[in-house]
Amino acid sequence: MNEPLLQVRDLVVEYPVKGLRRPPFRALHGVGLDVDAGETVGLVGESGSGKTTFGRAVLGLAPVTSGSIRFRGREISRLSRSARRGLAAQIQVVFQDPYTSLNPSLVIERTLVEPLLARRVPADEARRRVRDLLDQVHLPADAGRRLPREFSGGQRQRIAIARALALSPALIVCDEPVSALDLSTQARVLSLFREIQERTGVAYLFVSHDLAVVRHLSHRVAVMRAGEIVESGEVRQVTDHPQHPYTQKLFLAAPLPDPQAQRERREARRRLRAETA
Amino acid sequence: MSDPSLAVPDVASVPAPGSLRRLLRNPLGVAAIGWLALVLVSALLASWLSPYDPDEPAARDILAGPGSAHLLGADGSGRDILSRLLHASQISVAGAALTLLVAAVIGIGAGLLAGYYGGWTETAGTWVASLIMALPGIVALLAVRAVVGPSLWTTMAIFGVLLSPAFYRVVHAAVSGVRNELYVDAARVSGLSDPRIIGRHVLTVVRAPAIILAAGVGSAAIALQSGITFLGLGDPSVPTWGGMLNDAFANIYTAPVALAWPSLAIGVTCVALTLLSNALRDALERTAEPAPTRHDADDEHAAPPAPSGGEALLEVRDLVVAYRRPDGSARRVVDEVSLSVREGEVHGLVGESGSGKTQTAFSILRLLPAGARTSGSIVFDGTELTGLPAKRLTRLRGDAIAYIPQEPMSNLDPSFTVGSQLVEPIRTHRGYGRAQARARALELLDRVGIPDPERTFRAYPHEISGGMAQRVLIAGAVACEPKLLIADEPTTALDVTVQAEVLDLLRDLRDDLGMGVLLVTHDFGVVADLCDRVSVMRHGRVVETGPVDALFAAPQHPYTRALFDAVIATGEPAGSPQDGADA
Amino acid sequence: MYRFIARRLGSGVVLIAALATLTFFLLYLGAGDRIARQLLGEDADDAAVRAKEHELGLDRPIWTQFGHWASGAVHGDLGTSWFNGQDVRTAILSRLSVTVTLVIGSTLLTVVLATVLGVVAATRGGWVDRVVQFLGVLGHAVPNFLISLGLVTLFAISLHWFRPTGYVRFADSPQLWLSSITLPVLALTINGVSGVVQQVRGSVLDELGRDYVRTLRSRGLPESRVVYRHVLRNAAGPALSFLGVQVVGLLGGAVIIEQVFAIPGLGQVAVTATGQGDIPLVMGLVVVSAVLVVLVNLLVDLVQGWLNPKVRLG
Repeated sequence: MNEPLLQVRDLVVEYPVKGLRRPPFRALHGVGLDVDAGETVGLVGESGSGKTTFGRAVLGLAPVTSGSIRFRGREISRLSRSARRGLAAQIQVVFQDPYTSLNPSLVIERTLVEPLLARRVPADEARRRVRDLLDQVHLPADAGRRLPREFSGGQRQRIAIARALALSPALIVCDEPVSALDLSTQARVLSLFREIQERTGVAYLFVSHDLAVVRHLSHRVAVMRAGEIVESGEVRQVTDHPQHPYTQKLFLAAPLPDPQAQRERREARRRLRAETA
Repeated sequence: MSDPSLAVPDVASVPAPGSLRRLLRNPLGVAAIGWLALVLVSALLASWLSPYDPDEPAARDILAGPGSAHLLGADGSGRDILSRLLHASQISVAGAALTLLVAAVIGIGAGLLAGYYGGWTETAGTWVASLIMALPGIVALLAVRAVVGPSLWTTMAIFGVLLSPAFYRVVHAAVSGVRNELYVDAARVSGLSDPRIIGRHVLTVVRAPAIILAAGVGSAAIALQSGITFLGLGDPSVPTWGGMLNDAFANIYTAPVALAWPSLAIGVTCVALTLLSNALRDALERTAEPAPTRHDADDEHAAPPAPSGGEALLEVRDLVVAYRRPDGSARRVVDEVSLSVREGEVHGLVGESGSGKTQTAFSILRLLPAGARTSGSIVFDGTELTGLPAKRLTRLRGDAIAYIPQEPMSNLDPSFTVGSQLVEPIRTHRGYGRAQARARALELLDRVGIPDPERTFRAYPHEISGGMAQRVLIAGAVACEPKLLIADEPTTALDVTVQAEVLDLLRDLRDDLGMGVLLVTHDFGVVADLCDRVSVMRHGRVVETGPVDALFAAPQHPYTRALFDAVIATGEPAGSPQDGADA
Repeated sequence: MYRFIARRLGSGVVLIAALATLTFFLLYLGAGDRIARQLLGEDADDAAVRAKEHELGLDRPIWTQFGHWASGAVHGDLGTSWFNGQDVRTAILSRLSVTVTLVIGSTLLTVVLATVLGVVAATRGGWVDRVVQFLGVLGHAVPNFLISLGLVTLFAISLHWFRPTGYVRFADSPQLWLSSITLPVLALTINGVSGVVQQVRGSVLDELGRDYVRTLRSRGLPESRVVYRHVLRNAAGPALSFLGVQVVGLLGGAVIIEQVFAIPGLGQVAVTATGQGDIPLVMGLVVVSAVLVVLVNLLVDLVQGWLNPKVRLG
């Protein structure tokens, strides 16, 4: 049995609360999750479920109170700032908001070469790599000379993906990467994610509130509520035969884009509510 | 700067496109720069330009008027005013520069540290700043003056310390705003070191506000320096603008003109620096401009009252909404849209962002942003709404036509309780008394499924959850039992489980009240759940309209079909990594 | 609400104490032996200087001096002037009311003007807005003593509407009192009001763009009610914070303006004490100014709490 790429055990994250003697706010209550190389794990939950915090903890952006996060067998939850920088080539991120995840005053090329230059890649080589990356995410070659505001939401998300790919990582944490996008753009960006995974074998930790999106892209799914994982497993098993009542409720609440099917789903939801009430 | 990679040549750095050009196109800004350049030149060349020794008194010239001997006259000791003005500009420029330097170095440095690292540096910095600001600057300076004596340079340096909180606050606010930006997180994840992140991402946001502030601080420095010397607390051995003013003020009845020169020098320089600061702000940032006129009057023409021939509650015909581009041409965001809503019917208006669906909804309520121009006909319940006087439309809004917004939290006034926001329109429309309106509001809160109406009634918006807030907004919308409800993405900001409940609530209310509903949404699931009919919008036009079942079963327009194809809710899951293709 | 007040009051007291301590050490350490010589004149002999220092207590360790001063200050005793032996507290309190009158008058005028002009500029826009903005720049940029000089030259010396300088107590003649403070209050206000107008204008514009304003309009509330009840209340918060800073500025401005108009307020005491190196008096002025500032801030916080439920409960 191979060791998983990412192995999280009993992860607890607490944020300090302002004011003396107030107990800290516990965002995660001992969460465990594995991500294997080359696979996509979907993390589903509603607002406040802790799904985003989980992603940020893996990225080293949230304070880990206890528990372990091992990447390729190495504990990474308590690394120093400089040791953490060394991991940049391995773990990358694509954020939700395509409007605030790019510095509005830097041209795209500037944003994209930054991580390469920080790793001592010569400037010429870095620029060549950036043009290559823009091509990989299907953006025009001259995109590098433009500012973020000249791009649409979907294009910006492609740029964010290019930035994540710049250092050829093994894992990309995707925090709601398509929820700010229009339907048709969403579909195109999702297929870009798939295409990149097939070509590079990168693994995704895919955080989203949208069951349809997670189901579309993930191999395995975990459902979170109030800082805990309530159910996890293979995508078909969790989405077609949910076991936990919360997972069932979550699935039945999402409206289907088909009037007939939605009428049935609505009835099923009423029945479930009557049963659990 | 131990990081050698910082020395890498700049790759396509941004030359802040056009900000210098914008600055030079501002006539006041150019005038200000011109004057400041003049002051600077006269400060540098004072020794060559001055016709006299500035400190040499001539008894026969005391208070001489302007003339050929003394271009601007002579002061109370017979010294040449022009020469003294020129030499004093040296002191003013150098003093202001010293103040600015001290203030900027301390304030920007501390602001960067406190803003970026937070924690105790932030606590300490903010505390020291408020300590310094707890004294009026002049009182602090007078106190210092009592100890160190009349040295102008020490005074200006201390004044720099006193003004440093201004830089600290601006920089701290800008940096702590950036600290939590996603692009800074992304830079951290990309493995950039802190100095590199500060240099690349943080300094860029600090630059503009710091430059703007610098001009303002320069103005304050000159004002204060002249103030101190005007009070006679400066070093009497050097000529200063304030000292000259003091001298002239003492002789105000005998030689009032002498008062004008130092006043002009101080006043114009301070105004120039302030104008420069404003011009820089206009060039570097874009601030909000007030609406030029009330937008109620913007309808291009009032269509003749259409003979509404049928059961339609709302009949929109050939609606156009256009905005003027900077170059004067019109941009149509809604282009000849026609649609109708019948009583008791939910009509879905669906489209992607920028399709004009929300603009269509707002134009029915006449709630478009200022600058929008509309034409076409909107007939509601037999009344033509376009061209209806503002007063009559206001009476319809919230009474016969109601509105539910998208974002629950930002659509409640944070300063008023939930209850008072519900009561206010009820009293306006129904003329109810306080108690009666309150009873009605409580009844409404109960109706929309709020568990403890009394408590929610007394609560402020920030004390309730987003789902609750949306229920409150729905309660407010249906308070006067409207005939038409316009709902703009009413569930988009909510979690799916809450969304399902709110959709149920809207369906029940529609059944109870027999309202017509115009539901703006981008979500086909919501359309399938709630709507009877649907119109698909794209680029400001309605491309297809029809009953929901028929349209979902057999979409006619290619765009509608493309949208359905993009829906992934019914697609197959990805499967496992190895056998992803077998699904 | 009481806890909120108590907390603010507590931090104000800490602020005053810290400021007083800091100023004390700066002043007394900085003064050195220069002060005694200055008091006696440059040609005094060393023995006389020593004797003077002993008389003033300057030969004691700085900590002892501070302890002495602080224990007095806590009981309201701020020491005596080195120059005329007058009690510092009496010297300050007798002048305080004049300065406070100027500041309060100017603050009230500022609030009224700023609210009206700010709202009008934001809601009317166009040339009204531009005129208000331009006057604002002038009023803000020109130093207050220049404005004072201009007012004196125009209204007092040319037009003879007001007395150019001097102060009449209210008890002596209410009419002359009003006439004597009109120009100073105007001068202070002109200089301070423009910043507040800008702030009100900006906040009102910000609020007008918010979602809740559209929703209130959609509920059929009259525009005047939307602007004056809802928008203004929300816009008042930031404007009030700015006003707090501005009032502190007015206090400083009064120091200079009193000089121009020959008004016997704190400013005159401050300038005289500074010129003479009368350290106990300077110290007293610093403490009194800090107390005034803390009181102003407390008042601002209270009004903020009354306006904004989040502040009140937070």
